[in-house]
Amino acid sequence: MIGGLFIYNHKGEVLISRVYRDDIGRNAVDAFRVNVIHARQQVRSPVTNIARTSFFHVKRSNIWLAAVTKQNVNAAMVFEFLYKMCDVMTAYFGKISEENIKNNFVLIYELLDEILDFGYPQNSETGALKTFITQTGIKSQSKEEQSQITSQVTGQIGWRREGIKYRRNELFLDVLESVNLLMSPQGQVLSAHVSGRVVMKSYLSGMPECKFGMNDKIVIDKQGKGGEGATGQSIAIDDCTFHQCVRLSKFDAERSISFIPPDGECELMRYRTTKDIILPFRVIPLVREVGRTKLEVKVVIKSNFKPSLLAQKIEVRIPTPLNTSGVQVICMKGKAKYKASENAIVWKIKRMAGMKESQISAEIELLPTNDKKKWARPPISMNFEVPFAPSGLKVRYLKVFEPKLNYSDHDVIKWVRYIGRSGIYETRC
Amino acid sequence: MPAVSKGDGMRGLAVFISDIRNCKSKEAEIKRINKELANIRSKFKGDKALDGYSKKKYVCKLLFIFLLGHDIDFGHMEAVNLLSSNKYTEKQIGYLFISVLVNSNSDLISLINNAIKNDLSSRNPTFMNLALHCIANVGSREMAEAFAAEVPRILVAGDTMDSVKQSAALCLLRLNRTSPDLVLMGEWTARVVHLLNDQHLGVVTAATSLITTLAQKSPEDFKTSVSLAVARLSRIVSSASTDLQDYTYYFVAAPWLSVKLLRLLQCYPPPEDGAIRGRLTECLETILNKAQEPPKSKKVQHSNAKNAVLFEAISLIIHHDSEPTLLVRACNQLGQFLQHRETNLRYLALESMCTLASSEFSHEAVKTHIETVINALKSERDVSVRQRAVDLLYAMCDRSNAKQIVAEMLSYLETADYSIREEIVLKVAILAEKYAVDYTWYVDTILNLIRFAGDYVSDEVWYRVIQIVINRDEVQGYAAKTVFEALQAPACHENLVKVGGYILGEFGNLIAGDSRSSPLIQFDLLHSKFHLCSVPTRALLLSAYIKFINLFPEVKGTIQEVLRSDSQLRNADVELQQRAVEYLRLSSIASTDILATVLEEMPPFPERESSILAKLKRKKGPGNLHPDLDENRKERSANGGTADHSSTTSNAKSSPLSFVGDLLAPASTAPPTNRPRPVSSSYLLQAPLTPIPLQASAVPVLLSAGPLFQVAASPTPSTDLLGLGSTITTQNSAPPASKGTSLLVDVFSENIAAFPVETPVAVGPVADENFSSFLPNTPQVAYANATLPIAEEPEDKFVCKNNGVLYENQLLQIGLKSEFRQNLGRMYVFFGNKTSTQFMNFAASVVCQDTLQAQLNVHAKPADPTVDGGAQLQQILNIECMSDFVDAPVLNIQFRYGGTLQNVAVKLPITLNKFFQPTEMTSQDFFQRWKQLGAPQQEVQKIFKAKHSMDTEVTKAKIMGFGAALLDGVDPNPSNFVGAGVIHTKTTQVGCLLRLEPNTQAQMYRLTLRTSRDTVSQRLCDLLSEQF
Repeated sequence: MIGGLFIYNHKGEVLISRVYRDDIGRNAVDAFRVNVIHARQQVRSPVTNIARTSFFHVKRSNIWLAAVTKQNVNAAMVFEFLYKMCDVMTAYFGKISEENIKNNFVLIYELLDEILDFGYPQNSETGALKTFITQTGIKSQSKEEQSQITSQVTGQIGWRREGIKYRRNELFLDVLESVNLLMSPQGQVLSAHVSGRVVMKSYLSGMPECKFGMNDKIVIDKQGKGGEGATGQSIAIDDCTFHQCVRLSKFDAERSISFIPPDGECELMRYRTTKDIILPFRVIPLVREVGRTKLEVKVVIKSNFKPSLLAQKIEVRIPTPLNTSGVQVICMKGKAKYKASENAIVWKIKRMAGMKESQISAEIELLPTNDKKKWARPPISMNFEVPFAPSGLKVRYLKVFEPKLNYSDHDVIKWVRYIGRSGIYETRC
Repeated sequence: MPAVSKGDGMRGLAVFISDIRNCKSKEAEIKRINKELANIRSKFKGDKALDGYSKKKYVCKLLFIFLLGHDIDFGHMEAVNLLSSNKYTEKQIGYLFISVLVNSNSDLISLINNAIKNDLSSRNPTFMNLALHCIANVGSREMAEAFAAEVPRILVAGDTMDSVKQSAALCLLRLNRTSPDLVLMGEWTARVVHLLNDQHLGVVTAATSLITTLAQKSPEDFKTSVSLAVARLSRIVSSASTDLQDYTYYFVAAPWLSVKLLRLLQCYPPPEDGAIRGRLTECLETILNKAQEPPKSKKVQHSNAKNAVLFEAISLIIHHDSEPTLLVRACNQLGQFLQHRETNLRYLALESMCTLASSEFSHEAVKTHIETVINALKSERDVSVRQRAVDLLYAMCDRSNAKQIVAEMLSYLETADYSIREEIVLKVAILAEKYAVDYTWYVDTILNLIRFAGDYVSDEVWYRVIQIVINRDEVQGYAAKTVFEALQAPACHENLVKVGGYILGEFGNLIAGDSRSSPLIQFDLLHSKFHLCSVPTRALLLSAYIKFINLFPEVKGTIQEVLRSDSQLRNADVELQQRAVEYLRLSSIASTDILATVLEEMPPFPERESSILAKLKRKKGPGNLHPDLDENRKERSANGGTADHSSTTSNAKSSPLSFVGDLLAPASTAPPTNRPRPVSSSYLLQAPLTPIPLQASAVPVLLSAGPLFQVAASPTPSTDLLGLGSTITTQNSAPPASKGTSLLVDVFSENIAAFPVETPVAVGPVADENFSSFLPNTPQVAYANATLPIAEEPEDKFVCKNNGVLYENQLLQIGLKSEFRQNLGRMYVFFGNKTSTQFMNFAASVVCQDTLQAQLNVHAKPADPTVDGGAQLQQILNIECMSDFVDAPVLNIQFRYGGTLQNVAVKLPITLNKFFQPTEMTSQDFFQRWKQLGAPQQEVQKIFKAKHSMDTEVTKAKIMGFGAALLDGVDPNPSNFVGAGVIHTKTTQVGCLLRLEPNTQAQMYRLTLRTSRDTVSQRLCDLLSEQF
C-alpha cells in the first residue's frame, strides 16, 4: 500500500509531503530528489527503486507527484491513483502548477486525508468529494445534512447523492480516441493501436438507471443470432475497463453495460483495439542525401477518410540532422518552419478534408563535422484531430430509466461526439 | 594575466548563460542549447569569414555547452584558428577549447602542434606560457612525443623569462608523469640542477618539484642537487622573515619551497661531505629551534606553514636516521604536539613517532611518552588518532613495558571501535607472545583477549595459543587449569570452547588430580557447551572426548553413551557423523595399548613465523610497522657496518626471530586438528622439541649464519601464506642452515621430514615441499619444482631442475624425471598419449652424435610398441658420463598415429652440470683452492645482463639446482653467491668453484668459474649464465 505521497516543484523542493505509514522515513523525500529529479541522467522509468523503497512518479508540467512504498504493491493501482489524484486536483483548482499548489495547501492535505487512508485508496470521485470538501468557507451543516453525507459516502452508491433535480435532463457522450502508429518507409504498418475513452457528462434528475450499447463484436454476434442481423460493422475490443459505477457482474453475464452515473462528468470506460483501424493519414517520406553537406527531404501526406469530414490541427514534424546549418522549405499548403530548438521542421496545416494530399519539400544544408557517427534518422511524427473514431466504435444506444420520477428515456436530450486524435503517429524515413 | 579589455565583454555569451540559468526545466535548457547550436552552425557555415571576436565568442559558447554535458562535434577548426591569433584573449580561448575538447587522435593534432610550436618559439612570454600550459593540460603521450625535447630547452635557455621557466618546469614534470620514458634529461641534467640556484624563488620552487621527481627516477644523475638544495635551504631557513618578501607566507619564509627541498633531500642518504652535512644539520636544528619560538601570528595559516616545514624536517631526520641528538629533539618536539589542541597535529605527531620508535636512537625517547599515548588512547575523540595511538604503542613496545602496554590495549579493547578491534586483537596477541617472559602471563592474556573480544579473535590467534601451549611443557598444567576455570563462566565465546576443548583433551590429565576438576566434571563442563557450538567446534570437541577416553578410562562409558546417541551417530553433518562412528568403534574395539598409541599427546609443532604476524601484515599491507623488521633495522643500525662481526647478544636476539621468520607460517595456518594419528610417532617424542633451549644452544653455531638470516628475514617474509615466494624462502633457507649448523639441522630436518608422515592433517603442503627438498627424488619433487616460478627458455629450463615437461604437441606429451649420482644417471621418460586412439609401432631411441658417443653412454631400456589412447608409457634411460661433454643427446621417437607415421626428435636435457656433486668447504679452503686454480685458461668469466628479476632467493635456488653447494659466509660481500662442487665423470673428477656477483643497480651479473679443466669451465659458465 502507498506509504507516502510527495509533490515536488521542478527544482526538487517539496511542496506537499504526506506520509501514511511508519516505514517511510523523512529521508525518502531526499532520496527521490537526489536520485530522480536531480539525477545526472534523465530518469525515464516511472518506477524507481531506491534502497528497497519504490517510488512511482508522474509529472504534470513542472510538478512531480511521487507515491512511495516499501511494500510490493500493484503498480498499476498506484498509477491509477496518481492520475486520479491529478484529476481531482484539476477539478478543484484548475491547472496543476506550483503556484496553484502553494495556494491550496490546506485543500490538498484535506483531499489527501480523504482519498487515501493508511495508504489504501478511498473514494476519489470528484462529485462526491465536492459535497464535503469545499474550497469556500465552511458553511455550518446541520446534523441532518452531515448524516446524509455520511450515509451517502459510506453507502452502496457512494458516487451519487440522492435528490438531484434538473429541469432539463441532458446527457453528453464523448468518444475520445488516440491512434498510435509506426509505419515503415515503404508503407508497411509495423504497429498500430487505438486507445479510447468514453466520457460522459450527465445532468439527470434522481437516481437514473442507464444502459449503454455500442457495436462491440461479441454483443453484436450475440444479438445477431437473435435475428436482428449485423447492421454496419462491429469492432473487436481487446480490453476495457469501466468506471466503478458500472455493474461488472451484469457485464460479465450479459455483456450489457448498465449503471447509475455520477452527477457531472465521469469516464465511463476505457478500451483498446488493435484490429481494423482506420488510419486517418498516410505519410510518404523521401529523403535523399546530396553529398556530405546537403540533404533533400520530400514528404507527402494523404488523408484517408470521407471527403465530407475535415481534419484539424495537423502538424507534421520532420527531424533534421544535428549538424544542420540552414534549411529552405517549400510547401503547398499550410505553414512550415525550421525549429532549431527542436531540431525539426514543423509543418502545420489548419484544416484538411478527406481524400486529399499535400506535399512539402525541404533542402537542408549540413555542416561537416569530425564526428563519424551517422545520423540515426528519427521517424517523422504527426499530430491531428479528426471527427470520427479511428477504431470504428459507434454508440448504438444509451437508455435512461428513472422509475421514481416521471421522465422517460425520450425526454432526455442526448449528445454524442466522436474525436480521434493522434497518439504517437510515426513514419520511419 | 592581462585584464579582459572592455570591448571583449562578449555580451552574447553572457546572455546565453543567463538564459540557460533561467531555464525552468531540463527540456527548456536543451531547447535553448539546440537553438544556440543551430545558430553557431549557421554562423560557422556562412561563407563570409568571421572576425576573431565572434569566433572567440562562439567557441566560448561551444565550450560552455560542452561543460554542461552536451556533445560538441564541430567548431574545432575555428578553435585552432584562434590559436594563430595575435590577441591574448582569443589565443587563450583557443587553447582552453583545445585542452578541454580535443582528444589526441584528432586529425587536427598536427595543426595544433604546429601552432604550439610557433608560440613556443615566439619571444612573447605570455604566448609561451599559454602553449606550455596547453601541453601540460593535455599531457597526452602524443604531446610528450612532440614536445619532450623542446620543453627542456626552454627550461634551461639563458634568455627565458622567469615565469616561462616556471611553467616549463611544471610542464616537464607533468610530461614526466604521463610518459616518463619520453622525458630524457640527458645533457640538460646539470643545468636543470643549477636552477636551484636561480634568483627567482618561483623558478626554484617549480624546479625543485621537477628535480625531486627526476631524482626518484635516476638518483645518480641528480646527486649534485643535494649540496645545492642544502645551500638553498640554509639560506631560506636563516633568512629573516622579511627577506623573501613575496615568498613569505604569514611570517614563514617560503614554506612550500622548504618543504619541497626537504622532500628532495629525502631521496638521498645523508650527504657524505662533512661540510654539507654540518650545514644541513644546522638547518634542521634551526627549524627545530623555530618551532620552539613563540608564534609570530595567531593566524592558523602561520602555524600550519610552520608545522608543515617542521614535519617535513622531522621526516628527513627520520629518513637519515643518523643524528641521535636531532632524533631525540624531534621526538621531544613531537611529544609536545601529542597534547596539542589540533587533532591533525596530534595525528601527525603519533604517526611520525611510530617511525621514530623504530630508530634505536630515539626509541628510548619515544618510550618516555608512553603515559601520554595511553592517555590519548583513552581520551581521544577522533578514531583515526586512536588508531595511530595503538600503532605507536605497538611500535614502542619492548620487553620492559610489554606488560603495561598489553594491559592497556586489553582494557582499551573493551571500548574500542569495532573497525579496529580485530587489528588490536592481533597486535595484543603478537606482543603477548613476543615479549612473554612467563608463559602463564601469555596464556592469561590470550584468554582475556578471547573473553573481551571473542568475535574479533581470528582462528590464527587461537591456533597460536595451542601451538605455544603444546610446545612448552611448563605452561601446560597452568593452561589446563586456567581454561577449565574460564569455561566455568556461564557464557563463553566459541573460541574459548575451542581452546578449552583442545587443551583439556590434551592436558586434562594434568588437573585431574584435583577433585574439583575430576575427569567427569571436565567432561560435563565441555559437553554442556557442545550444543551451543558450530559444527567445526563440535568436531573438535568430539576429538577431545575420544582423547578423554584415553586419558581417563573411568569416563569411557559416559563418553561412549554420548557418542552413541542419535544426535551424534545420525547427525546430518557428515564430518560429525563420521567422527562419532569412528571414535565409537575405536573406543570399543581397540585395546588400551592401541588407544594409548593412537591417541597420544600431540607432538610439538615446528617453530614457524607466527601466523598472526603474517595476518597482521596482510591486513595492514606492506610498508607498515612490524616489530620484526623494526627490530632488525634497529639492530642493523646499531651495529652499523660491522653487522658481520656482530656481538653475540645482538645475534642471540635476532637470529631466533629471523629464524622463525624464515620458516614461515603455512603449516601453522592449517588448523591444529587433534585427530588421532594413524601411526605412532613415538620416536619423535624421544627428541622433544622445545624451541627455547634449542635456539639458545644454536646461537653460537648460528653466528656465521647470522647475516644470512638477517638478509632472509628482512625482505618481507612473505605475507602470502601459501605463496610461491615463501616456498622458495623455505626451500632455500633450510639447506644453508644445514651447512652452517649441524646441530640445528639434525633436529630441524628430522622434525620436518617426520611431520608429513606423522600428521598429514596438521602440516600443510609447504612442509611437503620442505620434505622434498631433503629427499629430492620422491614423487613430491615434481610438485615442488613445478611450483617454482622460474620462467626460462625452454631449452634451458632443465639445467637447474630435473623434472618437468620436455615436449608437447597435440598428440604427445613427453615428461621427464631424472636423478643423478656421481657420474651415473637415470632418466624416466614418460610418453603421454593425448589422443583417444592408440599409437602403433611406438619406438624411442637415443642418439649420441659424433664426439658425444665417446663422452656419454646412454642406454635406453626397451619399451612397449603401443601406447593406448590417454595412457602413459614409461621408458628408462641409464646414463653414464665418460668425460666432459658439450652437446646433448637426441631422443628420436617414431610412431604410427591414424595411419600416418609421426617422427619427433627432441634434445634430451642432459647437461654437464647434472653430474655435479656439491662440496662443502670453509672460507679458508675455498680461497686456497680458488688461488690454486689461478691459471688463465682455468678461469672463465662472463658479464651479462639479468634476464629475470634479481631475486636473491631465486638465484640461490638456481645455483643449488645447478648442482653446486652454496657456500655462505665465504665471500666478504654478502650479496655475492659462492658455490663449489665436483663434476664426476668416469675418467676424471673436475673440481669447480663458482662465484656470482649481482649488481642490482645495473641489473648485471658477473659470473666467474674456475675449474681444473678449461672446457668444463667454459661449458658450465655458458650453461649457468643462461639461467639468470
